[in-house]
Amino acid sequence: MNAPFNISSYASIRGRKVTLNGQHLYEGSHTEFSEFIKAAYKALGVKYPKFFKMDNLSKLAFLTAEVLLKNENLNLEADNNIAIVLSNRASSLDTDRAHQASIQDKDNYYPSPAVFVYTLPNICIGEISIKYKLYSENSFFIFDRINTDHLFTSASNLLETGKADQVLCGWVDFDSDSYEAFLYLVSEKEGKPHTNQQILKLYNT
Amino acid sequence: MGKGVAITGMGIVSAIGNNVDENYQSLIAGKKGISRISKIDTIHKGDIMVGEIATTNQEFISQMGLSPENNYSRTALLGAVAAKQAVNSAGITDITKYKTGLISATSVGGMDMTEKYYYEYPTNTAVQKYIDGHHAGDSTQKIAEQLGILKGVVTTISTACSSAANAIMFGARLIKSGQLDRVVVGGADCLSMFTINGFKTLMILSDTYNTPFDEHRKGLNLGEAAAYLVLESDAVVKAENKPVLAYVKGYGNANDAFHQTASSENGDGATLAMEKALEVAGLEPKDIDYINAHGTATGNNDLSEGRAIIRVFGDAVPEFSSTKAYTGHTLAAAGAIEAVYSILALQHNTIFPNLNFKMPMEAFDIRPEVSLKSKELHTVMSNSFGFGGNCSTVIFSKEA
Amino acid sequence: MEALKQELKENIIEQLNLEDMVVADIADDDMLFGDGLGLDSIDALELIVMLDKNYGIKLTDPKEGRAIFESINTMAAYISENRTK
Repeated sequence: MNAPFNISSYASIRGRKVTLNGQHLYEGSHTEFSEFIKAAYKALGVKYPKFFKMDNLSKLAFLTAEVLLKNENLNLEADNNIAIVLSNRASSLDTDRAHQASIQDKDNYYPSPAVFVYTLPNICIGEISIKYKLYSENSFFIFDRINTDHLFTSASNLLETGKADQVLCGWVDFDSDSYEAFLYLVSEKEGKPHTNQQILKLYNT
Repeated sequence: MGKGVAITGMGIVSAIGNNVDENYQSLIAGKKGISRISKIDTIHKGDIMVGEIATTNQEFISQMGLSPENNYSRTALLGAVAAKQAVNSAGITDITKYKTGLISATSVGGMDMTEKYYYEYPTNTAVQKYIDGHHAGDSTQKIAEQLGILKGVVTTISTACSSAANAIMFGARLIKSGQLDRVVVGGADCLSMFTINGFKTLMILSDTYNTPFDEHRKGLNLGEAAAYLVLESDAVVKAENKPVLAYVKGYGNANDAFHQTASSENGDGATLAMEKALEVAGLEPKDIDYINAHGTATGNNDLSEGRAIIRVFGDAVPEFSSTKAYTGHTLAAAGAIEAVYSILALQHNTIFPNLNFKMPMEAFDIRPEVSLKSKELHTVMSNSFGFGGNCSTVIFSKEA
Repeated sequence: MEALKQELKENIIEQLNLEDMVVADIADDDMLFGDGLGLDSIDALELIVMLDKNYGIKLTDPKEGRAIFESINTMAAYISENRTK
């Protein structure tokens, strides 16, 4: 299958760095993720108060998507048919732990609805969809490590069958002491050729 | 356009039966599987109503002949039992003969064992084996091993309560695009304190039997279940001279882009999902003979879904019902459970009743089918909507 | 009553993660939902947990919250009337 599709842009947040198309946008010195992501949000000039209500995984996915999609200058009044296919390893484990801790102690039993709603990995897709008014197809998969084969197949299929004009793909993983987000956009637009090897290469750089 | 993908096998374990036939018998007898919670050690024991499966883990373990050292979570046990039934019912004796994949949905994963043994993990070596079983991908891996799917696509999908519907959709695409010859698709979720307490904080658990589409509905009952379908390419069906149970005719997925958990007032995502599924199937709304609704019996879902159904079907809404009054809401498995019920509806030309319904909703004048009804069915639409705004619709048909 | 209102504002900002907002930004009669502070249904559920945890008040129907959580004034009045701790 030699689909004429390209990776038009890509972004990542990992190791305290935010990058877009290989360029550094922000680098923090914070040791805590919560401080780092807040500083990145401010440095990147994002204005979206709901961001502070999100869990760590959603903050990570949202801000990475924000970096990519802001660069696209989308007209939010128009129908932007951008499908979303994300994946990770830890599912929503970080927030699952927080919810679990709140129900473990019978004498101090106050589970938080605001925590529980984030105990599913695909909520972060919902957050991106709400911000950019994306009513398009979306899915979340769990793998041991990034599965470029799967991402490639899913995006190609969505584009070939005309289900989407662009696909926002990638890997967003958050676990207690590590985080990593790598997202990219695939479409007919100009860019690097959309191949399995190319995805892996961009992920590894 | 829109040739369907053949379904050649199905399997199910739910609160109303441990196999397809038991589920069918309960459906036609109007026998619900909802009762006060008894199996999980929680402060809500004897209080909250759920759809529990009577068979214990130990019984499933002996049935499957697993070693005592196994680290299967209940999700993995339910999933393996249902998936094996599906493969058997498809008459598959050699799974490696064709390129076969597994797409399995779960949201809870091995949470049941984690919450049971969490405090013992540091000290009790006997239970540490369950740590590896926590990961959502672990149940999928175990099901793949049980089925003998050693290579090929093995994938876990997690999009909340529409997960299994998305597994069916994704599997059908892999067959259509020729990437697989055969794929086992579905989902499994067991009950856990984790989800019970979570839904309780959202204040959408009913304190009695759930009543879908009723004006006075008070919320949902959670349930546990697993169900799987076997999808096969036309080439395999022809080569093996396989009987086909039904076809996956169309599917659609859309995001509601409204709220983390709540559905939009007019069901924007749901409307789009149904419209896309009709388009893929090459069908008009008038061609749909019955809708197995998502119908969780929460105030929000039934209003939003009802409005979306009216937006799609206008003043010609076909018979619809929610079978969640039978099974409870089985979360990531729901789309697969209701796929099996949709196929049973087609096979028996029977619409299953929406139990517990008394008072029509004031917001609109459509009402669910409340009695067991015979009707020549050619197409059944099944809706599954999940948190995160993920809305899915699958259309099943008798003819390809 | 003034101390309770102050405490409520602090807790709301903290619990509901209203970043970039300080106590002085919330007037006693500001609408908490809708066009006012823009809180949503999950925030309402968090406020129900807050009533239980801080003041020993248990609501069983989220609909009851609507009138209670209209503003800081209505919340403070309801809490002083019904608190058990």
